[in-house]
Parts: sequence; structure tokens; C-alpha cells
Amino acid sequence: MKKHRIAVTVFTVVSLLYVLPMVAVAINSFKKNTYVRSETFSLPDSESFAGVDNFVKGMTFGNYPFAKSVIYSVLITILSTALILLFASMAAWFIVRVNNLICKIFYYLCIFSMVVPFQMIMYTLARTADKLSLNTPFTIPIIYLGVGAGMAIFMFTGFVKSIPMDVEEAAAIDGCGPVKTFFSIVIPMMKPTLISVGILEIMWIWNDYLLPMLVLDITEYRTIPIHIQYLKGSYGTVDLGATMALILLSIIPVIIFYVSCQKHIVEGVAAGAVKG
Amino acid sequence: MKKRELTIYQKSISKWGWLFLGPIMAAFAIGFLWPFLHGLYLAFCDFRLVSEAKFTGFSNFEKAFSDEGFRHSFLFTAIFTIVSMTLINVLSFMVAYYLAKEIKGTKLFRTVFFMPNLIGGIVLGYLWSMIFDGFLSMFDTSVLMDSRFGFWGLIIMLCWQQIGYMMIIYIAGFKTIDGSMLEAAKIDGANGRQTLFKVMIPNMIPAISICLFLALSNGFKLFDQNLALTAGLPITMSVDGSMVKDTEMMALNIYNTFYGQSSFGHGVAQAKAVIFFILVAALGIIQLKLTNRREKV
Repeated sequence: MKKHRIAVTVFTVVSLLYVLPMVAVAINSFKKNTYVRSETFSLPDSESFAGVDNFVKGMTFGNYPFAKSVIYSVLITILSTALILLFASMAAWFIVRVNNLICKIFYYLCIFSMVVPFQMIMYTLARTADKLSLNTPFTIPIIYLGVGAGMAIFMFTGFVKSIPMDVEEAAAIDGCGPVKTFFSIVIPMMKPTLISVGILEIMWIWNDYLLPMLVLDITEYRTIPIHIQYLKGSYGTVDLGATMALILLSIIPVIIFYVSCQKHIVEGVAAGAVKG
Repeated sequence: MKKRELTIYQKSISKWGWLFLGPIMAAFAIGFLWPFLHGLYLAFCDFRLVSEAKFTGFSNFEKAFSDEGFRHSFLFTAIFTIVSMTLINVLSFMVAYYLAKEIKGTKLFRTVFFMPNLIGGIVLGYLWSMIFDGFLSMFDTSVLMDSRFGFWGLIIMLCWQQIGYMMIIYIAGFKTIDGSMLEAAKIDGANGRQTLFKVMIPNMIPAISICLFLALSNGFKLFDQNLALTAGLPITMSVDGSMVKDTEMMALNIYNTFYGQSSFGHGVAQAKAVIFFILVAALGIIQLKLTNRREKV
């Protein structure tokens, strides 16, 4: 059909424009500092080409090793996501199955927490975290568990309601206790939802800037977004070439993650949107 | 959740509450409940240090409302939210309309459009500040020099980031439309436009309301991108001598009142946060009511 051919052409052009900003980052990460601003949209020539200098410089840029930020980002994202998936799925199952007054109150508090913007709690949260010594990358997952509980429990309860109780009851009659029932029967059934919620949590925590920035001791612990923000924030004239190199390095793992589990990500997003 | 008698099985589970609910309830209390209640209380106190908080009633709210910068940030946020919500939804609906038809290359196009979504706000802000400044430097200016550049810069950046996200939801919406309904429309001689407006859009109301709400709340609560792209600049002096950051949105204004060089105490910042919370919650409730009514009709 002719109409579709036009659509395909238009989409091809738009798609090329769409990836241009990311291509521009890649190109500029190989340029010397002064050329990034003056010749942003041209390929590096013999004059402006910096080789891998920007990447080497970027590693220790901002008086903080970039590798350390990467490690902290990975650590915090994995620990927090694991903690949220485990405890939120447990709570959701308990809430649906037992459904007593405490469950109901807690469930509605969870829903309520979803409409409260982070700015409302950030100051007192940072203070509480500090008081309880939850301000390290190893303890911040507890904070993430608390802040992320609402949405995770909401999404899990939606799914658990659709699981019939018969199988569990049969297992109970065979002498299977609640804990074993949950981990050997319920968890395997929840796998698709666990993946969806897991993806949403990873996307949130990996990119989160304000919470770790307020909770962590910044002189010692920085995540990637904090590191990038500090480059511009506090060191006078910024080396744009090195900044671009670091931005490229922080986008690459995201793209790899996206390409390798695109199907799950898209499903997770669609599932997460329904909660809106 | 309807009320019913618990079976023996359910009763046997209920003894395990300390294990299943305990840990997450404790974390919830630390990470949300206590900070929320404490924050609510502190909005009515005057303090620099929490230990010295003195109850002062509504004076923080009066100060917040009389702050020119805060009022400006509300206006800026409101206009920004309306413009970005409209643009993102119209564009992503159009994209989804074609990509749901499985035209050649659909899969690749979807992949490309969705990709920016995974990049965090801070990184996104610096990425686009390079692009905008690279372009604007040809005219000897910068995205930080003129609030119009800042405004449209934020709009372009947010569209780039979120069109792919909304597109996914709209495509899912298009896929739920019953094929026989479209066929019936075709047999009845409906043209493309009639099919779109009379058949597709009425069936897409759930998807449309989800996307409108998401774009609304994303726009209204925007922080990271705002901080990284413009940080609120440029600054203008208002008539009474106070400084107003032209492209500062509400979330950033609250942040700066807490942690920036602000003449206000923390109590005023917390009061602003409470106002912000009430606005966000109200928007959510209004949105919910509106879509419920529309769905009933």
C-alpha cells in the first residue's frame, strides 16, 4: 500500500533523528574539550580527535573514581530490588489470603503512599536514615524497601488475587506449612509479575538521583547519577569531553540491559502503567 | 476486598504475620510513614535544626504563599505540565496508531522510540544540554540564557524521553480493540477518520486516561531533568528585590528552599512540600473522577 510506504519513510527519518542525541554523545566523547561546544555536530577531525583520552581522564574525574560509583550503583540496585521483590510479594500474598484489619489498613496506607511526592518526605527521611545509620550502600536498600513498598505491594496484590487457593489448600492438607507453601508453590506462579515489578524497580533505583544523594554520605559513596551531577556542580570549568565519555559509559550498560531483555521491559512497563 | 469467613487454611497463615508483614511494615514505617507524619508536623514549626523546632501554626504557609519564587515556580510548572502532557499524548498516540498496524520495521521503530526511557533524568539533562548548547552556541547564546530556551528545551527533552513509554501503552490499547468492530465499520463504509474518531478513540478511553494521568504527574513532579538541564536559570530580579529563577519548577524550588541558599527556614520549605503534596494528590483525585465519569457515559 502506498500510504504505508509513506509512513515507513517518515518513521525511518524520525527514528534516525531520535537516535541522533545518543550518537552525538558517542562522537563527542572522542573530541577534545574545547571542540565539544564549538563543533558539536561534526565528526572529530585530526585536530579535534582525542582518542581515548577522555575515557582515561573520566575515570578519575571529579576527584572520585568512576569505577567506585559504578560498583555502588550496581550494589544498591541489586540489593534493593531483591529486598523489595522478596518482602513485597510475601506481604501481598499474606494481605490477600488473611485480609484482616491490619492487612486492610496497611494496604490502604500503601496506596496512599503512591500519591505522596518524594519532596514531601525527603527532608525527614534523610534525617531518619541518618539517625538510624542507614546511610551506607549496604543499608540504603532498607530505605528503598520502605519507599518502594507501596507500589510493589499494590502490583503484587493485583496478581495474587487471581491465583486460586485450591492448590495451596491441597498442599496444606498434605502437611505443607505456610512458609513452604509460599516459597515452593506461590513464588513459582508469581514469576511473570516478579519479573515485571523487578524491571520497574531496577529502572527506578538505577536512575534515582535525589534519594541516594540525600541519604548517603556523599564524600564517600556516590552512585552514577550523583557522580555525573557532581561533575557539573562543583568543579568550575567542566571538561565536556570527559563528561561526554562518562555519560556514554553510563548509557552503554542501560542499552545492553534493554536489548537483552526488551520483551520483559515492555511487558513490565505495560503492566506498571495499568496501576496508574 | 469483600468480607468473608476465613477457612482453616487461611487461619493457619494468619499466625505468620510477623514474618510475612513484619519486615516490610518496619521498613515502610522508617521509609514512609514516620517521615510523612514528621514532615507534616514540621510544616507548622519554625526550625533550622529539628531539635529546636517551635510550633508556629500557619506562618510557614503564609511565607510560602508570599514567596515570589514559589508562586512563579507554580505557574511555570502548571504551564509546562499542560504543554508537555498535550504534546506527549498527541505525538505518542500518532506514533502508536501507525506502529500498531505492523508496518514494515515496526519492531525496530518501537525499540528506538522506547530506548530514551531507560536513561535517567540527570544523565538525560546533561546529554541534552550538550545538544542544545551545541546548537545555540552558533547564535552565541545558551539554554541557560533565556527562559524560553529553557522551557522548550525541557519540553523537547521530556517528549524525547516519554513518547516511547506512552506509545507502548497506546499500542496495547489499539491491540485490545475488537477486530470485528473495525471490520463492521469498514463494511458500513466508514473512512479512516471516522473509524479513528468514532470507533477507535471511544474504545481507547482507558489507555488515554492512563497516559494523560501519567504525563500529568510526570510533568508536575519533574525534578532531575530540571536540575540537570537548567537548574532554574536564568535568574531575574523581581520588583521587591527578591530573586526569581525563571525555569525553576516546584520540586526544584522546594529542594532549593531546603538545601540551597535560601533566606527561608526549613519550616517554610516543608510547608511548600505540603502544598505540593496536596496539589499532586488533588490532581490524582480529579483525574480519577473525570475518567470514571467519562467511562460511565
